[in-house]
Amino acid sequence: MESFSNFFGPTWPLVWTLAKIVAIVLPIMGCVAYLTLAERKVIGFMQVRLGPNRVTFFGIRWLGGLAQPIADALKLLTKEIIIPSGANKVLFLMAPVLSLMPALAAWAVIPFDPELVLANVDAGLLYVMAITSMGVYGVIIAGWASNSKYAFLGCLRSAAQIVSYEIAMGFALVGVLMMSHSLNLVDIVKQQQGGLGALSWNFIPLFPMFIVYLISGVAETNRAPFDVAEGESEIVAGFHVEYSGMAFAVFFLAEYANMILVSTLTAVMFLGGWLSPVPFLPDGFPWLVAKVGFVLFLFLWFRATFPRYRYDQIMRLGWKVFIPVTLVWLMVIGGWMQTPYWPWK
Amino acid sequence: MSFQLAVFYAFALILVFAALRVITARNPVHASLFLVLAFVTAAGLWMLLEAEFLAITLVLVYVGAVMVLFLFVVMMLDINIDRIREGYWEYLVPALVVAGTMLAEMTLLLVGRSLRLEGMPAPAAKAETYSNTKELGRLIYTQYVYAFEIASVILLVAIVAAIALTMRRRKDSKYQDPARQVVVRRADRVRIVAMKSDKPAAPAAPASEQAAP
Repeated sequence: MESFSNFFGPTWPLVWTLAKIVAIVLPIMGCVAYLTLAERKVIGFMQVRLGPNRVTFFGIRWLGGLAQPIADALKLLTKEIIIPSGANKVLFLMAPVLSLMPALAAWAVIPFDPELVLANVDAGLLYVMAITSMGVYGVIIAGWASNSKYAFLGCLRSAAQIVSYEIAMGFALVGVLMMSHSLNLVDIVKQQQGGLGALSWNFIPLFPMFIVYLISGVAETNRAPFDVAEGESEIVAGFHVEYSGMAFAVFFLAEYANMILVSTLTAVMFLGGWLSPVPFLPDGFPWLVAKVGFVLFLFLWFRATFPRYRYDQIMRLGWKVFIPVTLVWLMVIGGWMQTPYWPWK
Repeated sequence: MSFQLAVFYAFALILVFAALRVITARNPVHASLFLVLAFVTAAGLWMLLEAEFLAITLVLVYVGAVMVLFLFVVMMLDINIDRIREGYWEYLVPALVVAGTMLAEMTLLLVGRSLRLEGMPAPAAKAETYSNTKELGRLIYTQYVYAFEIASVILLVAIVAAIALTMRRRKDSKYQDPARQVVVRRADRVRIVAMKSDKPAAPAAPASEQAAP
């Protein structure tokens, strides 16, 4: 390490930070690739079929299906990116980048371990909310720059939906903030460390907010049953109908990276991050992986189970159900914390 | 030149360029996107001043919500670009007067003899544990609680007024009441009628098929 820092001289902090960023982004990309396979396998299992089982490494039969994401990536890389005539070329090509950027930038403040976090900033929670709120620009710009009616309809739906659910999500996070007295994500996890294991995590006192956050997370990532922005049956593929090849793949990457991000945030805010659910087992990173995996499985389960919401039903759920629920629970929690009967000190 | 100063000048250049493009871009969607860029850069400048709460809130509220709605409206409007440009030179003179006045006021504040900026003491360096957000929250809810609450009530009234002014109830609009939908029982919708099955007569020979060539 010493010789490395001597070799790079004054640019060493930059190089070291870049190395850490790569060390976070590359595994996420790997997770995204295999999440697509997991989705197809899990939904296949729920629908009593096999899912992808052909593409293997080196012809080994029992690895069947495991190479599918790599084959998909290769296929998409070699395809042509078609730019529609009449499209706004610069914005058309910028949109996928704008949708992937926030999905990756938010990982800077996610704590994987008490020590393992790229930037342990004080306003981590605010940073995550600000960065994830920028994700909608990719969708809006894609829809507008494509110069297509289907894409435009998809982008308008997505904009309205994301703005509505962000409010409920923000209120749910205010509850977390009240529990932990801190905006720092490491402190938020540390505060959930009671003597009772899983019983001292935030999801018990904040149960309604946990549910609201989880469902709003599904809506924010435009996943089924909230995927009206893509709505294959009525607007073909929504905002990315004109995209092909790698430009389409980047949208796909962004959607799955966002899913992993929302699951990780749910695990950190409500499910105790890296903390162990039982007091006699040690805390550590594997617990976080298990919790994220569980929430991701919920995402896939929802997709296999629920039919798509109608647009007005989505708006009603967001504005008339979730926001009042979080507001009421904020009052309850705020009042309860002032009484001596508050068990989560 | 220190690193922070270099970052400041880079951000300031981008900010001025983006702000200029907001008023000069021909396409209103491009103009709003440049406004987004201006907001993000301004947030960067505030971050340099260690006002992290204000900086992040600027991005969260203006970039994440207000500008999204702005774009939403701008994209839906059928805007005739040439008609908008018509009054450009007419408005330029009053706009220059306003801008010049603002510039003069700021110059007066910064370099005027009585209000000299150099006379102000530099802010003391903050401790490592200093939390901008906590400090701001404490001030808002103790010292400035009345000003803050009155401002929020005014905003609330403005929201209600905006909705009340624009809402019109259409008589022919159809809506569903989910509460009534979930209490529906089968008997409310379907009536099962008992009918005796009767034997159909033996089908006649399909005459049309034979007639077809």
